[in-house]
Amino acid sequence: MKIFNFHLMPYAHANLEEIRKQGTSWVTYSNAFYDPKKGADLYHEYLDQLEFADKLGFDGVAVNEHHQTAYGIMPTPGVLAGALARSIKHGDVAVLGRALPLVNNPLVIAEEFATLDNLLKGRFIAGFVRGIGAEYHTMGINPAESHARFHEAHDLIIKAWTQPGPFEYDGRYYKFKHVNPWPRPYSEPYPRIFTPSSGSIDTIRWSAQKRYTYCQTLAPIAAVAQTFSLFREEADKAGYQASPDQLCWSNAIYVAETDELALKQVRPHLEAYANDFLSRNPVMMSPPGYSSVASVKRVRAMKAFMSQRQSAEDILEKGVVIVGSPNTVREKLAAYQDLAGFGISLTKTQFGTMPHAMVQENQIAIAKEVLPYFKNRLPQPHVKAAAE
Amino acid sequence: MANPEYQSLDVRGTAVRFMRAGKGAPLFLLRGDDASEGWRGYMDTLAQSNDVIAPEHPGFGGAPKPEWLDSVADMANFYLDMIDTLGLQGVRLMGLGLGGWIAAEMAIRAKGRIANLTLVDAAGMKVADSDGIDLFLVTEEQGVLDKFADPAAGKAEQAFKLTPESEDTRIANQMVIAQLAWSPRWHDPNLRKWLHRVDVPTLIVWGEQDQIAPVAHAHEWQKLIKSARVEIIEGSGHMPYIEKSDAFVNAVSKFLNTERVPA
Repeated sequence: MKIFNFHLMPYAHANLEEIRKQGTSWVTYSNAFYDPKKGADLYHEYLDQLEFADKLGFDGVAVNEHHQTAYGIMPTPGVLAGALARSIKHGDVAVLGRALPLVNNPLVIAEEFATLDNLLKGRFIAGFVRGIGAEYHTMGINPAESHARFHEAHDLIIKAWTQPGPFEYDGRYYKFKHVNPWPRPYSEPYPRIFTPSSGSIDTIRWSAQKRYTYCQTLAPIAAVAQTFSLFREEADKAGYQASPDQLCWSNAIYVAETDELALKQVRPHLEAYANDFLSRNPVMMSPPGYSSVASVKRVRAMKAFMSQRQSAEDILEKGVVIVGSPNTVREKLAAYQDLAGFGISLTKTQFGTMPHAMVQENQIAIAKEVLPYFKNRLPQPHVKAAAE
Repeated sequence: MANPEYQSLDVRGTAVRFMRAGKGAPLFLLRGDDASEGWRGYMDTLAQSNDVIAPEHPGFGGAPKPEWLDSVADMANFYLDMIDTLGLQGVRLMGLGLGGWIAAEMAIRAKGRIANLTLVDAAGMKVADSDGIDLFLVTEEQGVLDKFADPAAGKAEQAFKLTPESEDTRIANQMVIAQLAWSPRWHDPNLRKWLHRVDVPTLIVWGEQDQIAPVAHAHEWQKLIKSARVEIIEGSGHMPYIEKSDAFVNAVSKFLNTERVPA
């Protein structure tokens, strides 16, 4: 298993009371609550943490993109990845991902990713996403065109990376007289591509057909296992067997001496993460056309459930994150890998309000107690077969 | 009560469903997000002296969104084609909410082809400091309530409208509405450049307490269409044809009967 250190870069000083009052940390939670002095320090702490992860032997580091929210302050992840590109000496740097439909010129993403791939001499992973529902409000892009724009932007970027320029591109949403981006990617033919998603069948099928790596965002492990099994089925239909390296589970891990101590230490930060930073108005998250009719109905049905606050125990119970003693964390991670069959763990070591020193201790504990046990570990087929 | 069923028509390769009932000159009635709903009381009264033709918008009702549909302008050109295909003469054009926006775009293009125009709490216009509630940010339940001045009337409309049977249709229709109205939100800045082309008698009917498109929008439309006059329906929200059906029908019947341009 490869273990990446993933960061959301939350604005940890967010006013949680205000978020609770508004019911969302997205779109309408005012940026007047952002203090640039504190924010600047956070950026440096978070980048220090990712650089530290590289020194500790994580297989890579990852950042992502969200707009107008305290949940994550990385509207331009390429800037953060660029800040890391010269100091991450061993592992990969992944941007998971850029939201293709949100830009009116996808060639800027082709250029940005190719530049990062050059800086990193191929140790770069390109992520393509649609952006979440709320971002169609903040970026003014029509959600009814989300799927079509995503696919067209993707095709244009791949074409710009593989077909020698200059050429003309005349699509439905994007039209360019001259396509000839410099630099070309360092990797041949282009960087590895990950497609993070919350589990939409369309994305799973498309990603499997393209032989990309599918990355499941935060979800209970049983749902993750189902999603990955769908991916393997779609790969079978496309005429090949999916490898564990094509399945990536996004999680969070916290290690302390004992289970009790770990839970006690992590509780306020985990509960703030799950209940406040993640809190969103369901209407905002599901703008018309962004999801299928069936998904909209599923979200509406979940509304009651989503409005309840979750305890740290609930979150652990469902296998959304792993918290405990070294032994507990190893056992659970191995069991989850065998259940779901993934080869990449995209692991947050900081979440919610967790402060810098605590994150570093967690990173050290994971590097010592977890990473060595999972080098080259593959999902154990007999357990997987029993689970399926 | 007339009880017309949906008929279907092929307009240059796109199937469009519409209801038709009544006698008199053709009244082409474009509704808004309610365009998949059946025949209602106000339509019945209008049908006593008009040949009411009420289409369901292309892409509504679970039909795939047509390839050609990007904007309200596309919708307007489509409905002009539909009027041609039906061979209608001396059309009186009426649009409600989103339908009002489409009707205005048609009237700009149809100089000399329509007899008169009625806009009812129409979308399409941006008026400084008079934005209404953003329906894309409220639940469906709240959105229905917001369209009524009287909460009891809103509750009744919720019960009528938000049935499990129509849920799939409502969600699918919203996708078409987003296609047309998401950005710029519920308006087209180009519209005001061309409204001077509307030179037929025009009636602008508005709910006094419309929270979606506040009444300042009615006066803005009037400013831009020289031939327009405004009728405010007291005590009504965004849907006067439902909330104050009698007052609404009175206002528009008088207009339709007196201000007819001979074909």
